Amino acid sequence: MTAPANTKNIRFKIKRQDGPGKASYWQTFDVPYKPNLNVISCLQYIAEHPVTVAGEKSTPVVWDCNCLEEVCGACTMVINGKVRQSCSALLDELLKETPGGMVTLEPMTKFPVVRDLWVDRSRMFNALKTIQAWVPIDGTHDLGEGPKESAENQDVRYSLSRCMTCGCCLEACPQFLLGNQFIGAQAISQARYFNLHGTGKVLADQRLDAMMGPGGITDCGNAQNCVKVCPKEIPLTESIAAIGRQATVHAVKRFFNGPPRK
Amino acid sequence: MASSKPRIIIVGGGLAGLAGAIKIAESGLDVDLFSMVPVKRSHSVCAQGGINACNKVARQQGYSEWMHFDETVYGGDFLNHQPPVYDMANMAPKIIDLLDRMGVPFNRTSEGERDLRLFGGSLFKRTHFAGATTGQQLMYALDEQARRWEVQGKVTKYEFWEFLWPVVDEQGACRGIIAQDMRTMQIRAFRGDAVIMATGGNGLIFGKSTNSVICTGGAAARCYQAGAWLGNPEFIQVHPTAIPGEDKCRLMSESARGEGGRVWVPRKKGDTRPPGQIPEAERWYFLEEKYPKYGNLVPRDIATREIFFACRDGLGIGGGRMVYLDCTHLPDATKHKLAGIFEIYEKFTGDDPCHVAMKIFPAVHYTMGGLYTSFEPKPDFKGMVPGHPKNMMTNVPGLYAFGEVNYQYHGGNRLGANALLSCIFDGLFCGPSAVQYVQDQKSPAADLPESLYQKFAQQEETKARKLIESNGTFNPYTLHRQLGDVMTDYCTVVREENGLRTAAEHVDRLRDQFRALKLSDTGMWTNQSLSFTRALGDMLVYAQAILAGASLRKESRGAHYRSDFTERNDAQFLKTTVAKYDKAKDRPVIEFEAVPTPLIQPRARTYGKVDA
Ligand SMILES: Cc1cc2nc3c(=O)[nH]c(=O)nc-3n(C[C@H](O)[C@H](O)[C@H](O)COP(=O)(O)OP(=O)(O)OC[C@H]3O[C@@H](n4cnc5c(N)ncnc54)[C@H](O)[C@@H]3O)c2cc1C
Ligand code: SF4
Ligand code: SF4
Ligand code: FES
Repeated sequence: MTAPANTKNIRFKIKRQDGPGKASYWQTFDVPYKPNLNVISCLQYIAEHPVTVAGEKSTPVVWDCNCLEEVCGACTMVINGKVRQSCSALLDELLKETPGGMVTLEPMTKFPVVRDLWVDRSRMFNALKTIQAWVPIDGTHDLGEGPKESAENQDVRYSLSRCMTCGCCLEACPQFLLGNQFIGAQAISQARYFNLHGTGKVLADQRLDAMMGPGGITDCGNAQNCVKVCPKEIPLTESIAAIGRQATVHAVKRFFNGPPRK
Repeated sequence: MASSKPRIIIVGGGLAGLAGAIKIAESGLDVDLFSMVPVKRSHSVCAQGGINACNKVARQQGYSEWMHFDETVYGGDFLNHQPPVYDMANMAPKIIDLLDRMGVPFNRTSEGERDLRLFGGSLFKRTHFAGATTGQQLMYALDEQARRWEVQGKVTKYEFWEFLWPVVDEQGACRGIIAQDMRTMQIRAFRGDAVIMATGGNGLIFGKSTNSVICTGGAAARCYQAGAWLGNPEFIQVHPTAIPGEDKCRLMSESARGEGGRVWVPRKKGDTRPPGQIPEAERWYFLEEKYPKYGNLVPRDIATREIFFACRDGLGIGGGRMVYLDCTHLPDATKHKLAGIFEIYEKFTGDDPCHVAMKIFPAVHYTMGGLYTSFEPKPDFKGMVPGHPKNMMTNVPGLYAFGEVNYQYHGGNRLGANALLSCIFDGLFCGPSAVQYVQDQKSPAADLPESLYQKFAQQEETKARKLIESNGTFNPYTLHRQLGDVMTDYCTVVREENGLRTAAEHVDRLRDQFRALKLSDTGMWTNQSLSFTRALGDMLVYAQAILAGASLRKESRGAHYRSDFTERNDAQFLKTTVAKYDKAKDRPVIEFEAVPTPLIQPRARTYGKVDA
């Protein structure tokens, strides 16, 4: 990937941070333009040539990625001010957004920074534990098929099950903040997903208890930012509404039947 | 740190590792699960097309587990070991049932049954699928079950931890691992009464492939250098249909063809008209013409060679290295089932496959070879003895290999939608074998002296320090690019002696340069350059074994095609390639080991080619 003498460069302005609790700083790098680049191939170029525009030797920028085809959710960052995956952020598109030819990369702000563009999203995985995001099967023994399901129900579940725990919806949500308790759209939607499964719904009551507890669904302010940024087009506002309805019914049931049994 | 309860270490949280973790936790043992990424982000999420199993509908149409078994062996050009494949095909329907119970949103028919699609190397619909993101859906189901065990304390996850080396005791048995925290860079030993490698494939050795970025084969190469053997390292699958990209080649799943997609090139060389304007009569559907029986669904090795040769002969689009994969004619309902891959195509190329024929080219995709493992066959060879400790154990006692890193099941060429199956099968069927092994051990790892573990931890500390302090001139990222280029040029679709020799010399040179490199990050916090560079060193070692096997296998079989030995040679090469690492010479030693064919005899593998 060495640049012919007269190709144009794309300038990257990258927010860096050497470790948790350290101060952040900006660095700029130039990457020679080629058609069909994505942000990750530019970061790879910078890793190979870690020299800033000012000619200072630097270190490769640290970022998280794996699949490079927008299915693992790892590579989320804030690109030109918008949260998205760096593997599917194509330069030709980004350059249209920024006529000046500069691309800005920052880590997500709602999760603690590990280093540079890499953040710690364990909060999202912990939320899956809180809502018991699984189907409570008896075991792996041969017990025949699962519950029959209509093509329509499968279609809805499939649309929800594509959530790749990327964090875009949480980054965009005004209620989800570094250090607060709100569980966020991702987990709310997953609760709906499991409540839609024949066996998964056995745990619906527990999930709704979690949804009604502190940091639960009542913290959602219905700003609907989440659904706009979800790369998998997961119907998050529908999920929030569905869980809201289930929670209301559940609350009435609890009122008459007493507190949850553990 | 020593606890006296037996524990099993699993390295890798893709489908194979997760299936193993669930099965082992269920049997009552504790599992320590290591992964370089949160397990939910493992490479298995990339799988698109589906998972094979004979189900009741297929059965009533004349399909059977035996046919699935036979197709797999025929597809693998008879290099597969038959007893494990027999078991895999027979357990497949039960695996689908289990996944179904776990909540995988498999596509449904109008009556609510699980839908099926056609896939390569079969004339029957027997591939179960969840849209075009089957791997992601299966991964999530297993990830969820593993999380359930995690909450109960039976599975402990070590995510963002990198496996560095197996701990092997004086008797040669594996008793734990050395791993490094990829954030704090802490290196430490972990005790384990058995260790299961489930670390996936090695596509990164070829630079750009359809694989995820951590699929370096580094973990397998470390086991190999520690004394575990490799089986069939030269067998690498090149998938016929991918979109070449700057950072990776993105797969366009076989399901596109399974659902009716057609591969063609313009009949006229260098035709510059857009595909939609080229009339039907002026298109050459070369796969359909040459293989009327299987058409676009010939196995991957064959489709890849045909595409490669068409382009070599100047028939590629505009004379270049691309052919059309056309789905524009499919009905809307079918297109909907392929939405997951169409999105990828549109996202990365800007064209909508519903309206414009896709442009594709072959790309490195799957590692048939891997760590060498054995098994205990039943007396009649119809399967393995369930729970026998030998099943999928490497030559190092206590060290197992599951999933893509295991060389079993696929022989010389893997059939589409059989990989997900083999990964889950390994975990579910062979997990109990590791449990049995642990129960048979007299001295638990917890009682071994700390010095054994410290010795290996020290070795890894020293290696890491040497890399950090290396003050040469070579850039590891540049060396990796060169490795990828040379392996792709000489050791993929078409191989021959001179090219392989050129490649081997080049890789030797790269290994020399590796000893004189310089890291641009020498810090001790989240140093990704260190991890990458260490893996590069191991990729170079693995590449030598691949090249050595490819050079000594003087025949053509499955994905291994030699232009200087174009025929299969059963007399000499119906054999497993076993690569052993010679520590003194720092080189692979290749041996060949006969493959018994107790259930299915080798036959000509033509797939009904018309001129064959
Ligand atoms: C694009 C694509 C599409 C595919 N589609 C299909 C399909 O439709 N049907 C099908 O049957 N097959 C398909 N395959 C093949 C299939 O996806 C893989 O063979 C399978 O997912 C491999 O699973 P695995 O569990 O062996 O390993 P992986 O899923 O690759 O997981 C490897 C694990 O090991 C860990 N690991 C690796 N190295 C280390 C280390 N040094 N230290 C710690 N942890 C480590 C990783 O973190 C990861 O958790 C496809 C493959 C690709 C590339
Ligand atoms: S609707 Fe608004 S407040 Fe609620 S989760 Fe979405 S973005 Fe957050
Ligand atoms: S719901 Fe969408 S945005 Fe949120 S984590 Fe899942 S995939 Fe990402
Ligand atoms: S690398 Fe997996 S989503 Fe971008």
